[in-house]
Amino acid sequence: MPIFKDKQYFRVNLEKEADEALWLRCKSCGELVFKRRVRENNNICPNCGEYFFLTARERVESLIDEETFEDVSKPIVADDPLGFQDEKPYPQRLEEAQEKTGLPSAIILASAKIEQMPVVLGVMEFQFIGGSMGSVMGEQICHGMEEAIRRRCAFILVSSSGGARMQEGAFALLQMVKTTAVRARLAEERLPFISVMTYPTTGGVQASIASLGDIIIAEKGAMIGFAGRRVIKETIAEELPKNFQTDTFAIEHGMIDRVVKREDLRSELATVLRFFQEGRDE
Amino acid sequence: MSDERTLDLLEAKIQELRELNKVEGLDLSAEITKLEKKLAKMRTELYANLADWERVRIARNTKRPYALDYIAEIFSGFYELHGDRMSGDDRALLTGLSELDGEKVAVIAQQKGRDPAENKERYFGMVRPQGYRKAIRMMRLAERFGFPIISLIDTPGAYPGLESEENNIGGAIAASINSMIEVSVPTIAVIIGEGGSGGAVAIGAADRLLMLENAICSVISPEGAAAILGKSKERVKEAAAALKLTAPDLLDLGVIDEVIPEPLGGAHKDLQQTASALKESIIRNLGELSQASTDSLLASRFERYRNVGRYSILSG
Ligand SMILES: [Zn+2]
Repeated sequence: MPIFKDKQYFRVNLEKEADEALWLRCKSCGELVFKRRVRENNNICPNCGEYFFLTARERVESLIDEETFEDVSKPIVADDPLGFQDEKPYPQRLEEAQEKTGLPSAIILASAKIEQMPVVLGVMEFQFIGGSMGSVMGEQICHGMEEAIRRRCAFILVSSSGGARMQEGAFALLQMVKTTAVRARLAEERLPFISVMTYPTTGGVQASIASLGDIIIAEKGAMIGFAGRRVIKETIAEELPKNFQTDTFAIEHGMIDRVVKREDLRSELATVLRFFQEGRDE
Repeated sequence: MSDERTLDLLEAKIQELRELNKVEGLDLSAEITKLEKKLAKMRTELYANLADWERVRIARNTKRPYALDYIAEIFSGFYELHGDRMSGDDRALLTGLSELDGEKVAVIAQQKGRDPAENKERYFGMVRPQGYRKAIRMMRLAERFGFPIISLIDTPGAYPGLESEENNIGGAIAASINSMIEVSVPTIAVIIGEGGSGGAVAIGAADRLLMLENAICSVISPEGAAAILGKSKERVKEAAAALKLTAPDLLDLGVIDEVIPEPLGGAHKDLQQTASALKESIIRNLGELSQASTDSLLASRFERYRNVGRYSILSG
């Protein structure tokens, strides 16, 4: 049962809706801060430096050159292959997520430039059912990598996901394999894949595509791991260290290459892209 | 309403009557036949159209045959190879060399324990990073010498704990999936009990995916799904049904290739019968895969996984 059956698939653009509220109160320092200044500052509190949540749109905008955004996603939307129902039927859950985020699925797939270098960029939207990976996200990630092969450019995936999408059962699970299979093609073509892990990168996403980057960069404040705290506590009731599954935990245990501040992410990506681009025969 | 316990009691009763029949010289055969019919009817009622939750219980039944039981029945010899060469030897994931029907094969198998001591050693079948790294080592070895890979899946999931996370369990699973995808020999995976989430997929990304009739495969345990949805523990059965985790369901969805039949009541009722059906299926599937050239084997594997998923295409 397709969602939006009678509607057209809509292309994502980066235009913002006018926001009524001018000010917001920082939960970290308690200061009232001017919302526009926060936005211009990568959603970082200008007073105390606290990172506010970035939507996928805002994330894309914070990383790419102005006016270079082009939605290259496939015109597909989720099915309900299991007829999944909990308190709500899955199609209703999907529609609510679409309403809430203004996105057709939990990922934006764009062609863009970062410091004039072309990339295909996938960015997950955590507010869309926890950024979970179902058939649509799996297909878009694969399509993105294939698009990068066509365009002879790098692929960047910014993860923000709780893992595989429960409502799509085994199909969700197999997206781990699907994305891995296409990732191997990207490697054969010797095109770089940069995986950016943000808050949170867990479960089936961390245990597949996100961990297969040529370079893995974590945003400061990221949460990285496979099993959630709740599952670990319920299964084995183990005491967990304070920094468990944080960016520092991940880098100390050799899971990632670098931890980068949000405000530096764009320039770090450019540095990496430039290194892999130079000397390439085009 | 019959359950397994009632069946066991009735079975014991019939056995008792049979003994009496012999010893006392009484003719109880009419009574025995009547009870046997009743037992058969109850068994069919209980198992023929098993509720999803009942299958979960059979898949987790501690009497259910585990990987080593099938290995002993199906293969000639199992020369176990230990260790990931880095940090340890995971006892929940075993690897070894063996022969199937006269052909050399590499075996990767998840193994649960039978008693508390063995379960402690085997972490209840939950695999840690060192287990997946051992599996990867086995895949490379198999590829180098051209041995097909048989992978037997039976795990509640990867081991969720501090030790696992410190050693990047997610990264190990990703690497294992990647090796399964790239390995240039035929691969067959069989879910023999529990196919728990990423912990199962890690060694399940094969050319053929088979399932025993009462095995399950799920993105999350029914208990976990019920907890996420804020349901009470009693709603676990509903979650089990919603997740479509049984072999017949997954065959319907086109996720697996074949369901291997089990005797009524489950594999533990007759190990030999189950093992022989399993053996027949593996040999047949392997025979088909062995016909293909390496290039076409890898191309088919790619197509299989490139196309997995369900979505609707709209006009852009
Ligand atoms: Zn602040």
